[in-house]
Amino acid sequence: MSSIMPSLINSPTYFIIKMHEKAVIKELKRKALQIRKWVIESVYQAGSGHPGGSLSIADMMACLYFHEMRHNPKNPAWEDRDRLVLSKGHAAPALYAALALAGYFDVEELKNLRKIGHFLQGHPCMKKVPGVDMSTGSLGHGLGAGVGMALAAKLDKRDYRVFVILGDGEIQEGSIWEAANAASHYKLDNLIAILDRNKLQIDGPTEEIMHLEPIAWRWQAFGWEVVEIDGHDIEEILHTFHEIRHNEKPTLIIANTVKGKGVSFMEGTLSFHGKPPSEEQYVRAMSELEQAEGELND
Amino acid sequence: MIEARITEKRRNLRDAYSSALISLGEKNENVVVLDADLALSTKTKRFGTVFPERFFDMGIAEATMMDVAAGLATCGKIVFASTFAVFATGRSYDSIRQSIAYPELNVKIVATHSGISVGGDGASHQMLEDMALMRALPNMRVIAPADATEMEDVVFKIAEADGPFYVRIGREDAPIIFESHGHFEIGKGYEIRKGKDVAIIATGTMTAEALRAYDILEKRGIEAMLIHMPSIKPIDEKLIRKAAKETGAIITCEEHTIIGGLGDAVAMAMHDEPVPLYRIGVNDVFGESGGARELMEKYGLTAENIAEKAEKMVNRKK
Ligand SMILES: Cc1ncc(C[n+]2csc(CCOP(=O)(O)OP(=O)(O)O)c2C)c(N)n1
Ligand SMILES: [Mg+2]
Repeated sequence: MSSIMPSLINSPTYFIIKMHEKAVIKELKRKALQIRKWVIESVYQAGSGHPGGSLSIADMMACLYFHEMRHNPKNPAWEDRDRLVLSKGHAAPALYAALALAGYFDVEELKNLRKIGHFLQGHPCMKKVPGVDMSTGSLGHGLGAGVGMALAAKLDKRDYRVFVILGDGEIQEGSIWEAANAASHYKLDNLIAILDRNKLQIDGPTEEIMHLEPIAWRWQAFGWEVVEIDGHDIEEILHTFHEIRHNEKPTLIIANTVKGKGVSFMEGTLSFHGKPPSEEQYVRAMSELEQAEGELND
Repeated sequence: MIEARITEKRRNLRDAYSSALISLGEKNENVVVLDADLALSTKTKRFGTVFPERFFDMGIAEATMMDVAAGLATCGKIVFASTFAVFATGRSYDSIRQSIAYPELNVKIVATHSGISVGGDGASHQMLEDMALMRALPNMRVIAPADATEMEDVVFKIAEADGPFYVRIGREDAPIIFESHGHFEIGKGYEIRKGKDVAIIATGTMTAEALRAYDILEKRGIEAMLIHMPSIKPIDEKLIRKAAKETGAIITCEEHTIIGGLGDAVAMAMHDEPVPLYRIGVNDVFGESGGARELMEKYGLTAENIAEKAEKMVNRKK
């Protein structure tokens, strides 16, 4: 988090800041676990959906919606809110869980994910779901939309920021690179892309299907500021958000993650990309997550 | 008349696709298959396992996949390129137009997961305009088979015919309608039930519904002519004109928007001698998440709705 002057390090003030930091981090960990539980719950109830890529962004979602982003669940259309585009729209269960937790809509709605006549669509729909800033689902469109939102902020002299969450497989789409180029061309320092680097897509590991590395180097060459972090380390995520606040270029955060993170038998597997847990797996997943919650309280 | 009925057996058209691809691959080493990170879903991965050197996963880059397919075709390859219908056509439209249709190259686009019965993924993934997009392209031929048997025949036939094709299939298992192989010809429709009161023309997944509708109508004393139309372009104009003449009323059934698909193709075919035409399809709206069957029902893509509309048309004739 905030950088501390050396003279402060042994002072009582520093101690208080540290204690506060610890409490914040613990609370965000709790939020991330809640998001994970609701991802499992909603995908299980729906009988279809994408748990793997939803679990890998749970920590990031917690940090964004409960720490970093300026937003107001009572006023989803607030013009000065920070925007979030879930470009990898299949991770909708994580977005919906975060939005429900923040109070955009009733938590009970999560049980109606993907059900006919209910508003939580399989992929984010901005016309139906309060808090969703952009409709997505077809990969490769979200960064361009984010560029548009960031340009509008400049035009209107507003200081909101735009966060775009990209899948690593997703950046194989050429349109991502067209948007990346436009972002640096227009000097969009208010645009932050977060790459969920879980190293898997549907057909296999990204580097086997269509190589992406060296990712940082490629984005730097496109005129972006790039930082690489552990996408499951809340402290590091918060610290990074703090550090990049005054970047003068668009910023890419490469968040190294594990697909399926938090549920042992989903971690690092291909099979839970787009498959719900069975009843037995659902029970196991929930008990693992509840155990993690318990450990957090100890 | 070819034998057609809804049997107890069900088979996924994607399985039929991959089996046919493998036997094509065995016969002809120029057969090459491309996919865009959906090879497990489209089932082209099975071809890739048997012929790894002739299978290319292009990653999540559908438009480029179509350009690459075109390039391979210029060098004498018979190229099959597959992904979900929404990405195969919408996302890749300009690549198809410029690199495949215009130079009339030997690329077969076989798209799975078309239509509203994709289900839970919702509107973003429910491709309802693909036939309209592909029909509008000169040189492009458009095929929508009804069952797995026909699908295999389609794959063999389009591999023999030079030039571009677009084949659309759904996600769900489908009942076997044709128990024997061999009827499929490009540009031909099939009268699978004789009748004089009204003609029902169906394609793709809707042929099974139309067969059920026939039975419902029969019980109500209505004799419907039933036409299965796997070839949307070129379309069997002769058969459409015959149906118009003999019945005086036509209903088209497609799991597609009512704009630009089978309904429009049928209307065009009988332009100078039109009869009343009712189109069953999705009425110019996006879909939504839900169960496959629930959605088919909500959007009127059922035997019951076909029968109801057919009965109305027959009554209006009197
Ligand atoms: C344009 C497009 N092509 C294909 C798909 C089908 N699809 C959904 S998720 C996915 C894999 C995404 O991989 P990645 O971006 O790495 O996401 P994650 O691992 O975070 O789930 C694919 C190919 C799609 N939604 N959009
Ligand atoms: Mg990934």
